[in-house]
Amino acid sequence: MPSGAPAAPPAGSVSRPVRAAWGAQPAILGRRAAALCLVELQKMAHDRTEIYTRAIQPLLWLVIFGETFSRIHAIPTGGKPYLDYLAPGILAQSALFIAIFYGIQIIWERDAGVLAKLMVTPTPRPALILGKSFAAGVRALAQVVVVLVASAILGVSLTANPLRIAAAALIVVLGAGFFSTLSMTIAGLALSRDRLMGIGQAITMPLFFASNALYPVKVMPGWVQAVSKVNPLSYQVDALRGLLVGTPAHVGEDFGVVVLALAVGVAAASALLGRLARG
Amino acid sequence: MTSRSEGAPPGPQSRDLPAETPAVACHGLTHRFGDHVAVDNLDLEVRPGEVFGLLGPNGAGKTTTIRILTTLLPCARGAAEVFGLDVAARPLEVRRLLGYVPQQLSADANLTGWENVMLYTRLYDVPRRQRRQVAGEALAAMGLTGAADRIVRGYSGGMIRRLELAQALVSGPRLLVLDEPTIGLDPIGRSEVWQRVDALRRDSGMTVLVTTHYMDEADQLCDRLALMHQGSVRAVGSPAELKAALGPDATLEGVFRHFAGGGLGDDDGGGEYRAVRSTRRTAGRLG
Repeated sequence: MPSGAPAAPPAGSVSRPVRAAWGAQPAILGRRAAALCLVELQKMAHDRTEIYTRAIQPLLWLVIFGETFSRIHAIPTGGKPYLDYLAPGILAQSALFIAIFYGIQIIWERDAGVLAKLMVTPTPRPALILGKSFAAGVRALAQVVVVLVASAILGVSLTANPLRIAAAALIVVLGAGFFSTLSMTIAGLALSRDRLMGIGQAITMPLFFASNALYPVKVMPGWVQAVSKVNPLSYQVDALRGLLVGTPAHVGEDFGVVVLALAVGVAAASALLGRLARG
Repeated sequence: MTSRSEGAPPGPQSRDLPAETPAVACHGLTHRFGDHVAVDNLDLEVRPGEVFGLLGPNGAGKTTTIRILTTLLPCARGAAEVFGLDVAARPLEVRRLLGYVPQQLSADANLTGWENVMLYTRLYDVPRRQRRQVAGEALAAMGLTGAADRIVRGYSGGMIRRLELAQALVSGPRLLVLDEPTIGLDPIGRSEVWQRVDALRRDSGMTVLVTTHYMDEADQLCDRLALMHQGSVRAVGSPAELKAALGPDATLEGVFRHFAGGGLGDDDGGGEYRAVRSTRRTAGRLG
């Protein structure tokens, strides 16, 4: 190519109105999310260590906690074996544990200059946050495979319907997306890794225990039931149980709540992204 | 990956802007962090096609100015324009004109060079069918074709900087903004980076805005300089003009002492904590 000839394709004139260039906002959101998810998949392909190490904890919950409580018969599960009842909860929990510390990565990216460079691209801030949140969801998908395979080996009666499994994977992605936006919102407030670690540790277990992941809501004290009612993890677990092991569930409502939570999380984290970048 | 002669950089895109529009124009630009005035009533004009250096110690306001121009910080007081576009009113359009390399080593160490560059072709909406060609050309322009499939963790500091330049080039920027591009690099790495930047400017006519506190680089490589100190511009001109104003044997260090009342190493505060920490972290990553 001769010197001086443009190599990059014309992206249009700068005099083009912003509305015209960004007319299809959903398309922009989708493209950016896809680009950032692809990066996450590429990183996972290059280094699978995290996939293996993150598989350990859900396996321990299923094998030790699940097998033990199956023998105790202390938790009312509506006639389902406890391991069947537990497996969707552990799936949601392992995705939560991945996503809730995702804010640490964005603080690292701030310190490394990566965030600034991303923010100088023509990408609206909500698109960056949505992309990051779906990237967390992609990481959580690896847990879906681990937990489903382990559950099948342990004798859990899982659905074989591919549509139901796909829907379960989708709610895991959406749930992980919400918790990653929660983490990125906290990152925008806390501004440092140490503070975020402390806050993350402080909220992870309450979110987990104040949900229906381990036991039904009706056995909780009243105030914990109230917390569970506004905890998106409960809706995620309800949908997963309904889809994977066939317990009665409000799948449509569950999806609605998780999508709404994700939208609120994207808005909050986007609003704080500038503060995080400057912090 | 497409083959391409090494060294021929991607050029800026053709855009319908008046030729005489300044690449950068700041008028009365002021930015505060609490009580600290980081940029103080700054007036600045960068001409299209020149390599313009912002020279000053840590804390002089160089990076804050860059961050306003790249839309990372709000333009609270005064005005800043990039090729006639108000950075506060039209940030997304401004970003389409920019290539930006931050001070830190910002390439993703866990991806290959190729993957790093391809990411930015997607973020800049390069059409799908042209992405591989654009990424290949940007890598070739930075002399990284042979290393494109290697994980960046194994790159040298100079290679990472050149990779970041390749990432910044995929959009065909009209204004390339480099924040301390050679900080922490050894002399060979510094030379490599500057050779590529010089070739870019020569071959594509791209405007380059660079911050540095290396006097020798500023002297040899910038067409014009703004000497910044405590948030304001103390002098503007070509290195030769600035030195001639002081005397026949003047050095740029001497010029800076004359206008700023101190040398680059004599900054009272030593710069903001984050700037110093960032500089040390970058130097640390480069070994």
